Amino acid sequence: MDKNMPSIPKRIGAIKFGLISPREIRKMSVTAVITADTYDDDGYPIDMGLMDLRLGVIDPGLKCKTCSSRAGECPGHFGHIELVAPVIHVGFNKMIRKTLRAICPKCSRLMLDAAKKADSLEQLAKLKKMGHLPNSHINEIYKEAAKTKTCPYCYDADGNPTKKTVIKFEKPVEYIENGDKLTPSEIRDRFENIPDEDVRVFGMDPDNARPEWMILTVLPVPPVTVRPSITLESGQRSEDDLTHKLVDIIRINQRFQENRDAGAPQLIIEDLWELLQYHVTTFFDNEVSGVPPARHRSGRPLKTLSQRLKGKEGRFRGSLSGKRVNFSARTVISPDPNLSINEVGVPLPIAKQMTIPVRIIERNIDLMRMYVARGKETYPGANYVIRVDERRIKVTDLNCEELAEKLEVGSTVERQLIDGDIVLFNRQPSLHKMSIMAHNIKVLPNKTFRLNPCVCPPYNADFDGDEMNMHVLQTEESRAEAKILMQVQENILSPRFGGPIIGGIHDHISGMFLLTRNEKFISKNGALELLRKADIRELPEPAGHNEDGAPYWNGKQIFSQILPKGLELEFPAKVCFQCETCKKGDCENDAYVVIKDGELIKGTIDENGIGAFKGLVLDKVVKEYGTTVGAKFIDDVTRLAIRGVMRTGLSFGIADEDVPPEAKIEINDVMDKAVEEVQDLIKAYEAKELEQLPGRTLAETIEMLIMQKLGKARDSTGQIAGNHLGLENSAVIMAKSGARGSMLNLTQMAACVGQQAVRGERIKRGYSQRTLPHFAKGDLAADAHGFVKASYKSGLNPTEYFFHAIGGREGLVDTAVRTSQSGYLQRRLVNALQDLEVQYDRSVRETRGVIVQFKYGEDGIDSTKSDYSKPEAVHRIVRAVTGKEVN
Amino acid sequence: MRKFSLLDHNSVPKHEIIQENEVKSLLDKYQIEKGQLPKIKQSDPVIKELGASVGDIAKITRNSQTAGESLYYRLVIDD
Repeated sequence: MDKNMPSIPKRIGAIKFGLISPREIRKMSVTAVITADTYDDDGYPIDMGLMDLRLGVIDPGLKCKTCSSRAGECPGHFGHIELVAPVIHVGFNKMIRKTLRAICPKCSRLMLDAAKKADSLEQLAKLKKMGHLPNSHINEIYKEAAKTKTCPYCYDADGNPTKKTVIKFEKPVEYIENGDKLTPSEIRDRFENIPDEDVRVFGMDPDNARPEWMILTVLPVPPVTVRPSITLESGQRSEDDLTHKLVDIIRINQRFQENRDAGAPQLIIEDLWELLQYHVTTFFDNEVSGVPPARHRSGRPLKTLSQRLKGKEGRFRGSLSGKRVNFSARTVISPDPNLSINEVGVPLPIAKQMTIPVRIIERNIDLMRMYVARGKETYPGANYVIRVDERRIKVTDLNCEELAEKLEVGSTVERQLIDGDIVLFNRQPSLHKMSIMAHNIKVLPNKTFRLNPCVCPPYNADFDGDEMNMHVLQTEESRAEAKILMQVQENILSPRFGGPIIGGIHDHISGMFLLTRNEKFISKNGALELLRKADIRELPEPAGHNEDGAPYWNGKQIFSQILPKGLELEFPAKVCFQCETCKKGDCENDAYVVIKDGELIKGTIDENGIGAFKGLVLDKVVKEYGTTVGAKFIDDVTRLAIRGVMRTGLSFGIADEDVPPEAKIEINDVMDKAVEEVQDLIKAYEAKELEQLPGRTLAETIEMLIMQKLGKARDSTGQIAGNHLGLENSAVIMAKSGARGSMLNLTQMAACVGQQAVRGERIKRGYSQRTLPHFAKGDLAADAHGFVKASYKSGLNPTEYFFHAIGGREGLVDTAVRTSQSGYLQRRLVNALQDLEVQYDRSVRETRGVIVQFKYGEDGIDSTKSDYSKPEAVHRIVRAVTGKEVN
Repeated sequence: MRKFSLLDHNSVPKHEIIQENEVKSLLDKYQIEKGQLPKIKQSDPVIKELGASVGDIAKITRNSQTAGESLYYRLVIDD
């Protein structure tokens, strides 16, 4: 074993939970605490005070009186406070209530007959054997015992079985029996008398948890290390909240003792008892309902034990499951299409701040010397040197020369980041594995992280101010692992659907669309400019020559240059018109893509070609040529598409929503007709001539028919507008190619916004029998229930505007509710499934080796490695090798 | 009411109790103990109908969206 690794002194065999007994508290205590004071006038801890040196040390220079170690080494030791009178532990108040109600007030026995008890014990043993939780069974026992009216074991003075008393529970710590308050002492007495065998029946193990231990007679005092005091700049000491609370407890405890010894009246004793109870309660939990929280002098509520553990910032979620880390950076992100998808642009100031440790060997000593000699200000330099004796020395302008000289094999240099270093890059919320990927860094000027816009989809990032985190890997092993498993190119295909999750977005798609569809005459200069960054050495044969004899190329040829040789592919593009019978390669809309031997013969490259989530070309390239070729292809696509979109130019303005007057007339006609038809429907409904749809009332039927009619009307206006705008319109280009927006968006802008709905129905709420006072009562017409005839371009009238706001608000509320709900659902799912693992034999097992699924996904297939489980890949290979078709 | 066998129901996948030698080869194949198999209670209607006893292993043949047919094995346990 490594000499730096301490051997494990003991192996944990089992963990047992129980209640802590007063005896145990005293046994582990190193001192009783009796004085409420902390330090004397010289600032030295007072003996048997709250900062007693036996409880551990926090001041440097002092030694712990229990373990003789110094501050930092001493783990701290518990003390205890003897409470003058017992008090309830708030954490057990419900348990105490249940137990009080289940036992006889006189003999303290569990109010169940012997047969039931035996039966229950047997069931408990069985549950334990099966490894099931006994909770529900125990609750049954409590319930049944509480229902029993008379004690089966003892009799009252008249010789009748003892009657059960009614115990009222007043939150948080009061128990009232027949109108009298039960004191903690009385409750404790009762619990003490419960025989061990009865304790077992309600699921407690009397050796580890006796019910009376739920009532405190002695309070453990946490070690000083748990509640360190801090010295302010003024030299004044400021104590921890827990210490403040303990001071209160000790003070009241003392006063209680004095008063009782002096024989004070019962009333005063009771008051003090209550006060003691209050302080002990808030010591455990300062957010108990019904108890005013204990406050600091400044009015801030104290942070006591339960507040330290609870909640997002508590010990479990805040300090153990997640914590802040070193070697990480965070800043705003911005796009840079010139970077590879595998790269991330890191601002110079960050690269200078963060380091990678490099162990010096003979072969790198000269290089490392150079880094160290440069110091930390001249990039790339080094920030720290760890000498052979494990001393860590900061590199400064003054000592860099000397340090460089003294470097020797075996020491470690923490050098600054340079191009090509591997880092992890992350955007919250980290919902899937692609939320953290490994990138190679590229050190760049300015202050933002730069990334290729193609990796936005997996991170779900945009550039409206998003920030991302970067983590620098510190060991060779982690870098290797990250490179093999987490690098961006290894995550192009998502295991969720087996297709590419990284790919063209927005401008890439419109760019490719414009290039491969419209660009027919590209001069040599144009061709070279488009392909400048694609590492192409030769242009293909020109498509033709113009009248001057100058050669020209078309966009399809240009795109073909970045396709790998030998690629064969056919698929319908996004712009496909969904004709009855597909003419495939002869499609007159140029919407059927044919790629032969890495040459785009026919068709338009759009979202179905290179888009994230859908790009079939991407998918094929990655699956056939591997991730490296895939990554290069995406890089080339980004650059070519950006050049392509700039060559044609794509802009959008209000004028692009203009429809010609004849289209407007057409749209108005459709609208008027629809509204008329709705009126006819309403007339038929009022005359009770309407035919009822199965499973619906007449009122529901008419609502549905109206919705249908108006929906159709909106769609046909959209089609009219779309036809008049034509494929030249940039909004249409974006919608049809799948770059951004939809025809619906365009319809709403140019033709008609359509029906506004709340919960899928027309708007009905508002005044009695009508939505607004502008309409007649009971009017069912389109405009009275939120149909917006206008387009966003033409502008909405006041009632339309109001209805639109109603519909819009519902959308906002929905998204707000959905995100919080799905977030919680995700958390629960992850917690339940995080330990499942696919084994080498393709079975899915959990940590004990228990099989959950005999074959992963039932077919044992990794979706990213499979061509959608279709045999075409095999067919193509057979075809390529033998030249024959497979039937 | 007409009596019918649960096993004939369309939505109930095929259950069968496997023989000793098949059990051995199953456990060998996955290198596991019986306890590492998924469980099914003896009181499960299908198991009751099969009349299996505790410790038996039921082989379940299900229709699968991805694989056409998939096999599961469950250890019959006491409830």
